[in-house]
Amino acid sequence: MRHRFELQVGPVAFRVGSAWAGPVAALRRLYAGYPAPAGACDFTVRLEPERPWRRWLRPSVAIRGDYMLPDAAPLALAHGLLAAEMGMNLQMALGQRRFLLLHGATVERGGRALLLTGHSGSGKSTLAALLGERGWRLMGDEFALVDLADGCFHPFPRVVSLKNQALALFDDVAGERLGPVLRGTPKGTIRHLRPRSEAIARMDEPAAPRLILFPRFGRDLAAEARPVGAAEVFVRLTQASTNYVTLGEVGFAALAALVAGTPASAIDYASTEEAVGLVEALWAA
Amino acid sequence: MGGVSDSRALVRLLRDPAAAREVEDWTSLLAIARAESLAGTLAIRLRGVAVAPPVERLLDEARQAAERQRTEALWEAEMARRALAPLGVPVILLKGTAYAAAGLPPAEGRSIGDLDILVPRDSLPRVEAALLAAGWEWVKEDPYDDLYYRRWMHELPPLIHRERDRMIDVHHTVLPLTARPRPDAGALVADSVALESGLRILAPADMIVHAAAHLFADGDLAGGLRNLWDIDRLLRRFGEAPDFWPALRERARHHGLEAAVSRAVRLACRLYATPAPGGWRGRKGADAAFEARLLARDGWGRERRPLLRLAFYVRSHWLRMPPPMLARHLWTKARR
Repeated sequence: MRHRFELQVGPVAFRVGSAWAGPVAALRRLYAGYPAPAGACDFTVRLEPERPWRRWLRPSVAIRGDYMLPDAAPLALAHGLLAAEMGMNLQMALGQRRFLLLHGATVERGGRALLLTGHSGSGKSTLAALLGERGWRLMGDEFALVDLADGCFHPFPRVVSLKNQALALFDDVAGERLGPVLRGTPKGTIRHLRPRSEAIARMDEPAAPRLILFPRFGRDLAAEARPVGAAEVFVRLTQASTNYVTLGEVGFAALAALVAGTPASAIDYASTEEAVGLVEALWAA
Repeated sequence: MGGVSDSRALVRLLRDPAAAREVEDWTSLLAIARAESLAGTLAIRLRGVAVAPPVERLLDEARQAAERQRTEALWEAEMARRALAPLGVPVILLKGTAYAAAGLPPAEGRSIGDLDILVPRDSLPRVEAALLAAGWEWVKEDPYDDLYYRRWMHELPPLIHRERDRMIDVHHTVLPLTARPRPDAGALVADSVALESGLRILAPADMIVHAAAHLFADGDLAGGLRNLWDIDRLLRRFGEAPDFWPALRERARHHGLEAAVSRAVRLACRLYATPAPGGWRGRKGADAAFEARLLARDGWGRERRPLLRLAFYVRSHWLRMPPPMLARHLWTKARR
């Protein structure tokens, strides 16, 4: 393809090809400082015109690659960066077999990892990004990569996708770490945030899980933490996994070990400050 | 890699794993192999060949994925066996699941999607009822499609299992009833071979005839490299028997599929260096166009040569039905 970019994020390497220069230029800028893959890439993502003439006429970016969804809607060229990010997520969700994949955010402190998982809109991504600015190492905001042999989490520190109101929380971050503000995307207003350099420098360092939290955000919710039983944790995590069924027996074993060895809580909060307070209290307990 | 025939690199490596030393762009090779559903096959072929650690890791992953697919496919076959056993009709596994169940060489690393079975045509209503009772349900609810399948196709409309989310295609012959060749479905069933489980597979020559029919007498050759690889692996195994080749010729003629089978053997020889007797080799007619169609993919996994592909797409409909019927069919489809 005309424009290409290769990227190593933790244990996974991507090759992104694009029919247009814009998305690749945005990726290069946003992922400055990430290592280049050594050898083969795990996944190929292609950003190409929905139909040949859509390269020039009302350009529309189809997200394709090694693994594809037949009915994925194309994006406007102005949202090409988002298309690339969605393309990488799609490869992971549909094609990743080396790790058990849990949809959620992970942060690390003192060599141990915290998993935040829940429905979209629960604020896990924002919360992890905020913790990443406050002394925690951000391991990833989209997927937790659970090692099938030893149960450790592998870092996957891609850029964080900040949505809507969350943008304002990161106004004082250095400008070079922020992508362009993308308005009117299918997910609302989006801006990407590059994790701090420590998170990138330590992308090869896995961490053993220590705590699982299910955050829930709501303006009228009272700040509160509740214990969650192991059976419920297990079922919730099967729903949060993109490849639990595909992996079969090894996936079951990895998930069962994670649930048996890691305490879990649900937390409700109405503001991010409350959430940070709850996380710190549960981590210290 | 950037040219039109990048999938040639995949073909070369499948044929000669030692060529792995010369591969520079593994990312492209893997993208092509995945697009052709040959990643697991390639990984098995390259087992034991020295490659860089990141490549070895990806190949290992592909091997494990293929192994899990095999387990799932065999389980699905067992589920169908249990659902159909009370009927006492012969149930013949086709394609990937058949190769896996019989331990035939194409199964090594092969991806297996749907479960394909062949049953005698007069048992179709009972088979359909038994599958519906055991948790399978219709994928398409459209009455035109349903009627079309039942009147003209070689299989029931596809069914999917509501809990396991796996599809089953129930065939009663190997080509649509609208196609010009009319394979002898009765002979396919009569000469099928029982496996230990009670499920059956086609006899060797019929298995080749079916694979060739599927590749060249039906469909537009998309994903054809994998189907041709199946044929190569089967021919290498069956071709060792002294009377196999004349029997294959005779059987292909009996089913009215001599042209498709001959072309399959010629192209397998050409692309995968299949050992075949002299009379089967060479290059004829439109072979070059078929070869170009099979190889039309670039290093990004994209299909190339849109006009050639279009020609084969048109051909697939031409083979499938007489012109007036084709016109009526396309008209109905277009008006939706």
